[in-house]
Amino acid sequence: MTTPLDGNVLAGALANLLVPDPTNLQARCTNCGQVAPIAEAVVYPDAPGLVARCRTCDHVLAAIVDDKDKTYLSLSGLSAIALPK
Amino acid sequence: MRLVLDVPTWPGNEAGTHVDVRLTAPDGYQATRSYSVATSDRGRVVLGIEELPDGEVSPFLVREVRAGDKLEIHGPLGSYFLWRPGQSNRPVQLIAGGSGVVPLHAMAAAHAAASDSTLFRLVYSVRTPAHVYFRDELAALAGPSFTVDYVYTRQAPPGWGGTVGRLTRDSLASTTIAPHERPRIFVCGSTRFAETVAAWLLDLGHSARDILTERYGGK
Ligand SMILES: Cc1cc2nc3c(=O)[nH]c(=O)nc-3n(C[C@H](O)[C@H](O)[C@H](O)COP(=O)(O)OP(=O)(O)OC[C@H]3O[C@@H](n4cnc5c(N)ncnc54)[C@H](O)[C@@H]3O)c2cc1C
Ligand SMILES: [Zn+2]
Repeated sequence: MTTPLDGNVLAGALANLLVPDPTNLQARCTNCGQVAPIAEAVVYPDAPGLVARCRTCDHVLAAIVDDKDKTYLSLSGLSAIALPK
Repeated sequence: MRLVLDVPTWPGNEAGTHVDVRLTAPDGYQATRSYSVATSDRGRVVLGIEELPDGEVSPFLVREVRAGDKLEIHGPLGSYFLWRPGQSNRPVQLIAGGSGVVPLHAMAAAHAAASDSTLFRLVYSVRTPAHVYFRDELAALAGPSFTVDYVYTRQAPPGWGGTVGRLTRDSLASTTIAPHERPRIFVCGSTRFAETVAAWLLDLGHSARDILTERYGGK
């Protein structure tokens, strides 16, 4: 499956790692500064793992890769996430 | 195809959410796909699944699954592509391509269940009458505050007065709530459908902030 999806598909993977499910939260791209809900990212579902890219500049925002006994979560392309209090 | 799951521990869900279904082969190979929740009621969760002939998961769910089989599901999931009653009194435009109608049907049902009087309209693009999901349910929901406009892309029902063919920017403009009424818009379908429609909506003068999309993948 090579067609990209969007960040809605990240809800399942992220709900296992972060509370609450953050797909509705605003996050800022480290590269271009765009602030948008994580659900609006471009998501490649078998990259391998899930890779989310900025819809504005294509920079990699986040990646989730499953290994045998661990899940690797990279948020290297997100400089800030706005969390509800 | 409609898949009805008994999930005694289901906590209920908001309209627009999905579940992840995970299949595990005897050799341990796993495949996970997302499916929107059409309706749920007291531990009974209804999905609407379109079979992609060369797909890994959907043919299994449509053809192989039998009553009594156990499936691994995770959900309800998603906090973005949701409609909540009472959230806003702006009108709502729903735009579905194919199985993308599933979460939008959930929104229309939630809107009716809440007796919410905000105006709802659905444009539903579908190949042929045989491909329509939830036709009876949508007809039952239709009324003064909810209308459905079908777009048949390959074949229309007998006696159909309209044209047959793909949605265009012009037909979208004439069947959807006008930009000056500031509708909140939910678009769901294949990635190409969602992106084409979202681009047209921007052209027509809707604001990017008012357009929520959910992309299902595919062409
Ligand atoms: C949040 C979310 C909710 C979804 N809800 C639903 C739903 O309610 N009902 C539903 O039927 N599907 C839904 N989908 C799509 C679903 O998750 C699968 O992608 C789909 O069933 C195909 O899986 P597969 O394993 O059969 O095909 P794959 O093996 O993944 O793909 C087989 C071939 O079909 C193509 N393809 C993949 N997806 C699509 C598509 N959507 N349309 C056309 N071609 C495609 C691929 O490019 C590939 O060539 C949803 C997706 C997301 C991200
Ligand atoms: Zn960016």
